[in-house]
Amino acid sequence: MAQHLVSIENVDMRYGGASGTLAVAGLTVKVGKGEFAAVVGPSGCGKSTLMKLVTGLHIPQSGAVVVANKHVTEPVSIVGMAFQNPTMLPWRTTLDNILLPLEIVERHRHRLRAHKKEYVEKAEALLETVGLKGFGSKFPWQLSGGMQQRANLCRALIHEPELLMLDEPFGALDAFTREELWCVIRDLHAAQGVTIVLVTHDLREATFLADRIFVMSARPGRVLKEHTVPFARPRDLDIMYEKGFNDMVHELHGEIAQARVVA
Amino acid sequence: MSSAAEDTKPAMPVRAPLTAGMSFVKLAPWIYTIALFALWELLVIALDMPQTILPAPSRVFQAIVQYWSPIWKNSLQTLYTTTVGFAIAVVAGLGLGLFIGWSKTIYAGLYPLMIGFNAIPKVALVPILVIWFGIGAVPAILTAFLISFFPIVVNVATGLATIEPETEDVLRALGAKKLDIMLKVGIPRSMPYFFGSLKVAITLAFVGSVVSETVASNYGLGNMMSSAQSQFNVPLVFAGLLMLAVEGIAMYALMAWIERRMTGWAHRSTMSH
Repeated sequence: MAQHLVSIENVDMRYGGASGTLAVAGLTVKVGKGEFAAVVGPSGCGKSTLMKLVTGLHIPQSGAVVVANKHVTEPVSIVGMAFQNPTMLPWRTTLDNILLPLEIVERHRHRLRAHKKEYVEKAEALLETVGLKGFGSKFPWQLSGGMQQRANLCRALIHEPELLMLDEPFGALDAFTREELWCVIRDLHAAQGVTIVLVTHDLREATFLADRIFVMSARPGRVLKEHTVPFARPRDLDIMYEKGFNDMVHELHGEIAQARVVA
Repeated sequence: MSSAAEDTKPAMPVRAPLTAGMSFVKLAPWIYTIALFALWELLVIALDMPQTILPAPSRVFQAIVQYWSPIWKNSLQTLYTTTVGFAIAVVAGLGLGLFIGWSKTIYAGLYPLMIGFNAIPKVALVPILVIWFGIGAVPAILTAFLISFFPIVVNVATGLATIEPETEDVLRALGAKKLDIMLKVGIPRSMPYFFGSLKVAITLAFVGSVVSETVASNYGLGNMMSSAQSQFNVPLVFAGLLMLAVEGIAMYALMAWIERRMTGWAHRSTMSH
């Protein structure tokens, strides 16, 4: 049990007071250290609530959320987050955007000025791994959507988080850019050993990237089913055209369609 | 991005037609202004207007030359009261805007009060200011301040209140305090709104100072125009209006220039999402 980096047990989360909407009910999710977990489900199933519970932005009314062996009662700074909207600050260069978390996180903010060079080198190395070498001095609005999303990943990773939470990070991108970024994420996960929780609507994305897939029900959200993805790593994009892969996507699709009907 | 670079660089002589087009755009404001004056002049001649009703622009310019000394003195006085009032409005507006934008409760509580205050015609406040401070420059400065600070407050507060929730989540999840979010995101983000509002505020400040000078001062263009009017010196009234327009345009251009200098990034990017 101690090996779980993220452990959500029997959590209820209700918005807007006692008579408000119940977003998740009896939610139990456990993600091991170094694991790549994906969460799929019909829209409005509380996937974003899950994100906020894990990062400590919301504290549940009942049940327990434990991250890195600590009961979550306030925002946990060991997490990096990336959303569908890259939310780069337009008045900062890409490099300064990526350094932003270091100005916030307690452990780094006091060292930043004195060790600026070291941090800048680290950011540039990250930029290189996502294929943005030399773009640090550009402003975000000079980059394409896909490039902004790459920079967004760098920003989520700069403070070396143990846990990376991704909320549909590739939703707004075209199919080819999306596949490129799947490979970027896959390689980052392999290289850095970071634990990743990916919330997505894209079942192929979930199957391609994840070790385990949680299927959630319609609101109030809870986990209907948990799948272990059997494919060996490293996975190649071609795997998506194999029968086993398509069967799995098909099965997931069926489960979510059913969850929608029930709701 | 490349188009921005081209705007600032002088166009190459080879591309003559484009250069001609560009300079025509640059000349257009002058051409239109001259055309307006010409039309005005013709209208006065055609309708044979007495100059006590509508003086021709040529007569107005003549008045400017004739009364240059008092016009210059009073223009400077009005410019002074306006800019002082405006400067107070910038400081107070920025401060109050940041305060209001700080929290949803303060925003909700103060916003209706602000709207109510803004709905009061500022000319109605001038007599009260005169009771408190006597006639002269002080009521003019305060009226300019009162009328121009509202758009600054609203814009700064809006800039702060419309931070993308995702940005806030990303930073809060890292352990950012409210102050961190304000310093790193809120304040830089509200700067384009702030500098944009200065253009509106400076023109309103002229309205405030002139209104106050008209009813309660012995100096300034407002006072000069009201005494000219009582002597049926209509060309001088129009000369005063023209000077106000010139001062207004000059200050507006200054604010627009500052805006471009300070927050050029906002014109390149879409802040809306």
